[in-house]
Amino acid sequence: MAVYKRTYKAYEGASTRRWARFFVLPRSGYSRLMQSRFLVLYLMACFFFPVLCAVFVYASHNLSVLDSFNIPSGRIFKIDNQFFQFYCAFQGGMACLLTAFIGPGSIAPDLANRALPLYFSRPFGRAEYVAGKMSLLLYFLSLITWVPGLFVFGVQAELAGWQWTRDNAWMAWSLLAGLLLWDLFLALMALALSASVKWSIAAGALILGVLFAGGGLAAAVNAIVRTNYGSLLNMRQVISIIWSQMFRDEQASNVSAGQAWVALAAASAICIWLLKRRIKAFEVVK
Amino acid sequence: MNVLELDGLGVRFGQRDILCDLRISLSGRSIGLLGPNGAGKSTLIQTLVGFCRPNSGTARVLGYDIRRDLSYIRALIGYMPENDAFIGNMTAVAFVRMMGELSGLPSDAALERAHESLFYVGLGEARYRLLGTYSLGMKQLAKLAQAIVHGPKLLILDEPTNGLDPPARQRMIKLIQEMRDSGEMRLLICSHLLRDVEETCEEVLILKQGRIVQSCNLEEERRANKRFVELEAFGHHHGFADAMTALGCECSHLGLGRFKMVLPEGFELREIYRWASSREVQLRRLSYRQDTLEEIFMKAMQ
Repeated sequence: MAVYKRTYKAYEGASTRRWARFFVLPRSGYSRLMQSRFLVLYLMACFFFPVLCAVFVYASHNLSVLDSFNIPSGRIFKIDNQFFQFYCAFQGGMACLLTAFIGPGSIAPDLANRALPLYFSRPFGRAEYVAGKMSLLLYFLSLITWVPGLFVFGVQAELAGWQWTRDNAWMAWSLLAGLLLWDLFLALMALALSASVKWSIAAGALILGVLFAGGGLAAAVNAIVRTNYGSLLNMRQVISIIWSQMFRDEQASNVSAGQAWVALAAASAICIWLLKRRIKAFEVVK
Repeated sequence: MNVLELDGLGVRFGQRDILCDLRISLSGRSIGLLGPNGAGKSTLIQTLVGFCRPNSGTARVLGYDIRRDLSYIRALIGYMPENDAFIGNMTAVAFVRMMGELSGLPSDAALERAHESLFYVGLGEARYRLLGTYSLGMKQLAKLAQAIVHGPKLLILDEPTNGLDPPARQRMIKLIQEMRDSGEMRLLICSHLLRDVEETCEEVLILKQGRIVQSCNLEEERRANKRFVELEAFGHHHGFADAMTALGCECSHLGLGRFKMVLPEGFELREIYRWASSREVQLRRLSYRQDTLEEIFMKAMQ
C-alpha cells in the first residue's frame, strides 16, 4: 500500500518463524543502548583490564621485553589459577556496574508504560519476553567477562605451549563456567529488580544496593545474630567462594562452597519467582 | 464464519464470579460490547486474548478455541488496550515496527507497514517523535496503529475513544468505520459510550454483572425502526387514522394532531403525503423512532 493512498489494507505477505521473533527484543534494545555514549565509553573501559592481562601474559613469556624497560623479571606473577581467579573478580565487579547501568531499563519502562499487554496479545509469550530481555544483558555481560577472559587464556596457551594447555584446560572451563554463572545471575537479578520497581532510577539503585551494600548488610547480620550465615546475603562474596572452589583455590572462608551454591540457587529462585509474579499482561484486583 | 462463540464461558477471580456462563454466537462485521462499569467487558476481552484463563466453558475466536489455539488466535487479532500502553523512549515508527515484527512480519515489511499504519491513522508527520511526548489523542492513535500494523483478521478495541476530545473522537470513529467498511477485518469494540457503539457496530452484546442481558443486531433494529413513525398533522385531519388503517398501517391518534404509526412491509411514505395533499392537511413533523440502542440498553439494565 502506498503511503499516499491512506486506506486500510491487510498484510498478505509471509510471516517469520516463531523462534525468529525472539531476536526482535534484543535487537531493538541493542540499537537503543548503543546510542548512549556513556555505555560505549564504559564498555571500552571494561576492555582495559583484559588487554592489560594479555600484555602481562605476553611479558611473562618474553622477559627480554621487561629487561628493555628495566623491570626486574622476578617481580612478575605466575600465570596460574589465582591469576584467572583475580581476573574473574575484577571483571565480575565491572559486570556489576554494567548491570546497574543497563539492567533497570529492561523491564521497568514497559511496566511503567503498561506495555506488557501489547507484547502478550501477540504470538509472543512471557518466557520469550524474559529470554529476549535477558539475552541482551547476557550479550553485554559476556562481552566484558568470559569472552576477553578466554582470549587471555588463549594468549597464555599459545605462549606456554601444548603441555601447559593440556594440564590447565580445566582453568578455561572454570573461567567460562564461573563467569557465565555470574553473568546469568546478574542478568536474572537485574530483570527481577527491574520488574519489581517501575522507576528505572530506583531499580538501578536497588541493583547497586543488592550488589554493593550486601557486604555491609552481611557484616551487620553476622555481628548482630553472631553467625556466619549473614555472609550468604553478600552475593559478591558468595560468587567469590564458588570461584575459589572452581579454581581449586583452598582459601579459608566463614561459609562453605556448598552453602554458597545453595545461597546462589535460592537467590536465583527468588528472582524467578519475582519475574513470574510481575511479568503479567494485567493485574487482577481480587 | 462466526467471529465469536461463547460456550458456557465463566471467569472467576478469587471468590468473585466476573463472567458467568456466557453463551452466544456473533458473526457481524463489527460487534459492540456494552455494559456499565464492572459488567465484565474488559475481562471478556482479556479472556479472549488469553490474559485470563476461563474457569469454565470455553470460547472460540474466528473458529479457534481459546484453550487450545491461543497462539493462532493471537496471530489473527490486533488488540488496542484501554489504558495508556506504549514504550516512552521509542519513536512511534520504531515502536510500531517492533510490534509488527513481534506479530510475525519480516523486518523490512514491518518497517514499511509501520509507516503506512502511522500515516493511515494520521500520525504520519509525527512518526519520528518519541511516544512519551505524544498527547493523549496521539497515543490512542499510536495504539491503533500498532494494533493494525500486521493486518489482523479481528481487531479488538477496548474503549477506543477514552479521553479523546470531540474532533479526535470523530476521527477515531471515522477510522473505525473505514476499517469496518473495508471488509478486510472484523471488529470487536468494547465501550460504555452508547453513541460510539451505535455509530460503529452492527451487532451488540450487552453485559451486566458478568451475564449477557441482551444481544441484538443493530442493522435489523434500525430497519425495524423505519417502520415506526410519529407525525404531527395540522388542519382537517379527521379520518386520517382510518385512511392509514385502510392502507395497511396500524395507526393511533395521540391527540392534538399527533399520530403514531407502524408501517407495513414495503409501505411507501409518499402514500401519506398523497393523502395529506388531497385533503389539504399540513404534515408539520414526521420522524422515525430513534435512540434504539439507548432504549435497548435501558431495557436491558432494568
